[in-house]
Amino acid sequence: MSELNLAMAINAALAEALDADDNVVLLGEDIGTTGGVFRVTDGLAAKYGAARVVDTPVAESGIVGAAFGMAVAGLRPIVEIQFMGFSYPAFDQLISHVSRIRNRSQHRFTASLVVRIPYGGGIGAAEHHSESAEAIYAHTPGLKLVIPSRPSDAKGLLAAAIADPDPVVFLEPIRLYRSIKEEVPSEPYEVPIGSAAVERPGTDLTLISWGAMMREVREAADQLEVDGLAPEVIDLRSLVPLDVETIVESVAKTGRAVVVQEAPRTGGFASEVAALIGERALYSLAAPVERVTGWDTVVPLRRTEHNYIPSVERVLTAARRVLSA
Amino acid sequence: MSEPLQILDPLGSLVGDAPMDLEETRRLYRALVAARIYDHKASALQRQGRLATYSPFEGQEAAQIGSAAALRPDDWLVGTYRDAAAMQFQGYPWVNLFLGRTGHESGGATPDGVNVLPPSITVGAHMIHAVGLAWAERIKGSDRIALTYFGDGATSEGDFHEAMNFAGVYATATVFLCQNNGFAISLSREKQTAAETIASKGVGYGVPGLQVDGNDLFAVYKATSDAVVRARRGKGPTLIEALTYRIGPHTTSDDPGRYRDEAQVAKWQERDPLQRVRLYLENNDGWDAEWQTLIEEEEGAVIEQAVAEAEAADPLSPGEMFGAMFAEPTAPLLSQQAMLERDGP
Repeated sequence: MSELNLAMAINAALAEALDADDNVVLLGEDIGTTGGVFRVTDGLAAKYGAARVVDTPVAESGIVGAAFGMAVAGLRPIVEIQFMGFSYPAFDQLISHVSRIRNRSQHRFTASLVVRIPYGGGIGAAEHHSESAEAIYAHTPGLKLVIPSRPSDAKGLLAAAIADPDPVVFLEPIRLYRSIKEEVPSEPYEVPIGSAAVERPGTDLTLISWGAMMREVREAADQLEVDGLAPEVIDLRSLVPLDVETIVESVAKTGRAVVVQEAPRTGGFASEVAALIGERALYSLAAPVERVTGWDTVVPLRRTEHNYIPSVERVLTAARRVLSA
Repeated sequence: MSEPLQILDPLGSLVGDAPMDLEETRRLYRALVAARIYDHKASALQRQGRLATYSPFEGQEAAQIGSAAALRPDDWLVGTYRDAAAMQFQGYPWVNLFLGRTGHESGGATPDGVNVLPPSITVGAHMIHAVGLAWAERIKGSDRIALTYFGDGATSEGDFHEAMNFAGVYATATVFLCQNNGFAISLSREKQTAAETIASKGVGYGVPGLQVDGNDLFAVYKATSDAVVRARRGKGPTLIEALTYRIGPHTTSDDPGRYRDEAQVAKWQERDPLQRVRLYLENNDGWDAEWQTLIEEEEGAVIEQAVAEAEAADPLSPGEMFGAMFAEPTAPLLSQQAMLERDGP
């Protein structure tokens, strides 16, 4: 065990993968010499060489497209895109090719690759650097979508993503890279993709979220406990495939749910979760399901970003409304 | 730019050194004939409503067979919806091509041991795949190369730039074969780019580029063979612009009369890629009408058999449909399959 933050845990998972399998190759902009814009790949190029930790030209479509070819030929490429807002040039490769080659070739060819994308706001960055577009990837058939919120999950989920026989989009919450430290096992391990974590069992209300918003959700749950309530907290960890049963079982027990996301409200993944609850657990509900979300606006710049990202207070307000209904 | 490479002129006379012997020329001529039979058969089936939209390649047979013939059987081939001749020559069966065109996913299931990707339908995105494939082969210690086909229109896509740039930077063993057939659906080559030639675009990426007479089997074969040797020796990529012409429409849904002059088509028909090889063979005692009839019958029978097989294939079951998204279907996919089976389509 060692105490690691999220960035260090991802670095450890990458190093273990590079150690374990010669077919693992890292591709990305500035990931080699400088260790990436968030320093997540720090030290890997020095240890494993520039042929396996590759500084690429600035061309997201090219990076993902080249990784596609590599994966079809049997390598295990791991791509880093610098920010969610810079992943859009690679949409065509991801949506038209990476996600479909297994279906198109009826299992003959596969693109077993991982695309790591830092996402979300909270660091007062420039435009395009704070986006939460996970719903777009979740909506694309053929991609798995994983979003860790804590270092121990990050290491195990990334190991599982690298081992997965299909493409995995791996979103890394930017503002949690260095804000949480916890004990992380030193040996390799996997956290299974498709399994949500009931990280705090409770009986009064289910709080459901993933990735960056888990910090606010945990703080809100702490406050509710101070008030003498017992919230159940679920970290989805994987949006695709979604652990539907864990959500349904929890809401069937508590009868109340709040779904929290940082992404814009309309067509967000929280809506999918709310719809599932409506289909599968409506008669257990004692109150309407609430969504706490970002807005259908561009993420504001530094001075007013706080108006966008749901605060602990906003989560608490929704939770109390649902509890009192 | 120098004149496009030509070895066999439109009347079947050598204007350079033949890059292969008579026996090999006869083998490739037979492949040209087979390709044209397939192409005509597919267009006919489309008119009968037996397959979906078809994109004919008549006129481009030499550009495809001449280049594919320069590959080793285990090399990668990454082509498009108009590259059936090349794909089949490299091992992708006629039946797969018919299956795909009749609307059956199993058409994309390349046989084991054949390194041909299913045809790319989006324009341009696939060229970089041939860069990644070749790059991976080098990392694995193999000397396989990757050849990618694309048209003049695809060179306007951003992915052409990214593919050429990556191939240049990493010196991947990739051969870029542009079949410049004059039109991207309706847009003429002149309106596609202000560059004098497509081959000249290689300069911007440090990639050598050359033009060849794309209707000259020998020229295409020679240029591609040189590029393949260069790639296999680790010397990097080459861009080949094969000057050819699409005799037919873009697809069976297209009306080329709206954008091009029939006189132009007639001019290119005089440069037919099959005819000049036939004349060359005839002049060298390698062709007679009897043999022509024989190969047309034999290749025609093979293609008819492929049509019959494709049309007899059972449609995919719901389990196969949901099961082909991932190595194992996820719980949500299984639940959706159950919904389809419970409620019907």
